[in-house]
Amino acid sequence: MPESIIESINVKRLEILDVNGDVDSSLMPALSDNEIKRMYELLVLARTFDERALHLQREGRLGTYAPILGQEASQIGSAFALEKTDWVFPSFREMGVYIAMGYPIHMLFQYWGGDERGLITPSDLNIFPICIPVGTHIPHAAGAAIAAKHKGDKVAAVAYFGDGGTSKGDFHEGFNMAGVFKAPAVFICQNNQWAISVPRQRQSASKTLAQKAFSYGFEGIQVDGNDIFAVYKATKDALKKAKSGNGPTFIECFTYRMTHHTTADDATRYRKDDEVASWKPRDPVLRLKLFMAKKGLWTEQYQKETEDKAKVIIDKAVSEEESIKPPFPGDMISYTYEKLTPRQAKQIKDF
Amino acid sequence: MPEEPKRINMVQAINLALREEMQRDGNVIILGEDVGTDGGVFRVTDGLMKEFGPERVMDTPLSESGIVGTAIGMAVYGLRPVAEIQFMGFIYAALDQIYAHAARIRSRSRGRYSCPLVVRTPYGAGIKPPELHSESAEAFFCHMPGVKVVVPSTPYNAKGLLKSSIRDPDPVIFLESTRLYRLIKEEVPADDYTVPLGKARIVREGRDVTVISWGSMLHRSLQAVEGIDAEVLDLMTLNPLDEETIFKSVRKTGRVVIVHEAPKTCGFGAEISAAIAEDAMLYLKAPIMRVTGYDAVIPLPRLEDYYMPTISRVRKALEEVIKY
Ligand SMILES: Cc1ncc(C[n+]2csc(CCOP(=O)(O)OP(=O)(O)O)c2C)c(N)n1
Ligand SMILES: [Mg+2]
Repeated sequence: MPESIIESINVKRLEILDVNGDVDSSLMPALSDNEIKRMYELLVLARTFDERALHLQREGRLGTYAPILGQEASQIGSAFALEKTDWVFPSFREMGVYIAMGYPIHMLFQYWGGDERGLITPSDLNIFPICIPVGTHIPHAAGAAIAAKHKGDKVAAVAYFGDGGTSKGDFHEGFNMAGVFKAPAVFICQNNQWAISVPRQRQSASKTLAQKAFSYGFEGIQVDGNDIFAVYKATKDALKKAKSGNGPTFIECFTYRMTHHTTADDATRYRKDDEVASWKPRDPVLRLKLFMAKKGLWTEQYQKETEDKAKVIIDKAVSEEESIKPPFPGDMISYTYEKLTPRQAKQIKDF
Repeated sequence: MPEEPKRINMVQAINLALREEMQRDGNVIILGEDVGTDGGVFRVTDGLMKEFGPERVMDTPLSESGIVGTAIGMAVYGLRPVAEIQFMGFIYAALDQIYAHAARIRSRSRGRYSCPLVVRTPYGAGIKPPELHSESAEAFFCHMPGVKVVVPSTPYNAKGLLKSSIRDPDPVIFLESTRLYRLIKEEVPADDYTVPLGKARIVREGRDVTVISWGSMLHRSLQAVEGIDAEVLDLMTLNPLDEETIFKSVRKTGRVVIVHEAPKTCGFGAEISAAIAEDAMLYLKAPIMRVTGYDAVIPLPRLEDYYMPTISRVRKALEEVIKY
């Protein structure tokens, strides 16, 4: 008997908006001029937030912070496709997602300033508290998606993680669960080429990360993560597929971490300046700007207004955060269980 | 008319608790390896898939971290998952999910989210299995603020405690002694009673010594105290610990023997001893004694009986403290 091919996979890459700001109109998702402007304003707002957070960290007003510079399109583009009712499972480098979902910005400063109360998600959103142990929240998204299906809710669960996260056992276990139970889940990996100092090639010998999905019985797609239209379209399609009962999707956003891993890291120890420089022309904000300029949606005046508006929002968030009363120390005990244990009831008297 | 109570074993009592809770609340879901078609390797979930369907009794992939992680997502979303880990020795792969997430979600979100999850797992030695099927690792979970640890010792209490665990708003590790699964039968009412978490029970009253135990070792302790005026406590919930009941008994007897199957060093007996030393020291007439497993990897069946606290080891400790 001759050998036969019993399975073969094709891994797609989606690009819509190129570095010159031109789009492939056959792939361009339906977006009104106002929506495109809203996307751009969110990109600028997220970048303004990021700059301010770094600034506040240097002043000692925030703790260690993980910047998003370079990854804004992956975050805003995907979050723009989400409904408020969808469940989001973020890791720690997702400030663009939070901002696009309408999370109160002063609470983001509050969280990075070391106050858990910044993670009390407002009741009209379903954003899970930030996951610090890399990749371990992937099964949670699978579970929430299975639960949504069980309850007949038309929502999807979306997990965000990095290229490093794909090496964890929980990536495998979560993907496997989602595949077996055809969960309405969307897994979004921002492959920013680095996990602190470890390059993408050291995470996996696999040619793409996207292709890993196929072994769990669902589709993986690579998108240009600096192309907001491609990210938006891939996410929108994946959500539609999930909500119509056709199971999970894995989206690898191919992007780049333009700065240090966190404020506690020095990226010059492990990567070359010319690598970073080669990604500069692919900047996600610049690219959308060029597109809008060609369409007559962008002017110098609009740029200034957008920047000013962002600055006002961030200034307001910072002063709002500053006016919050410090937490009651006993809070660290109070929220362990629904009710205090007899021992905790004694311990909390220290405060 | 409530049915006449039947004499059933612990497997049947747990099965009954699961069935009643699933009938009561459509959000209660079972997931784990072989829990569906096969009814679990100990048959604890027997018949449940047939009654409630594969969407509520889910045969999962072989994936301990995945089972607990998925159950966490379900619990936070609004279901009441009861996850089964087939043997306690395999729960180690899910420790990260339990400690890094289940235990912390309420605190991390300052009460915005909670994780009402039960992880059931068979524990302890005595059924002559391969390696890692006889673990007694309850102390790990007692050191995780945010998690409750429950260990029933009789069919009646197993049913009532499991029902309380499923209704509890926080994550519960529910340990089922494999040795006790079919050892004892007792009358278990088919009605909707619960046994509260966080409360110990006085199994036998006495004046000369307090014996503190849980799970399978409770029964050894009861055999060992014959002829001695001993008070025997069954903790049932290890965390949160019912210190009130312990201190009350110690104030009366002034002598304490703690019996557990897990290794001695950092076993839960250490916590109980320290608590007594802190709060009831002045009532003690004798040193606190612990009768435990050895500080060793629990051996394969040939040496298992040497590892476990025996009646004579418990007896010796009792005689020792009574000398004072
Ligand atoms: C399980 C775990 N191991 C190690 C760390 C320390 N750590 C924090 S971020 C990070 C790299 C993560 O890389 P990646 O998943 O690519 O995400 P990125 O930081 O690039 O956004 C490491 C090793 C951690 N937080 N969690
Ligand atoms: Mg990375």
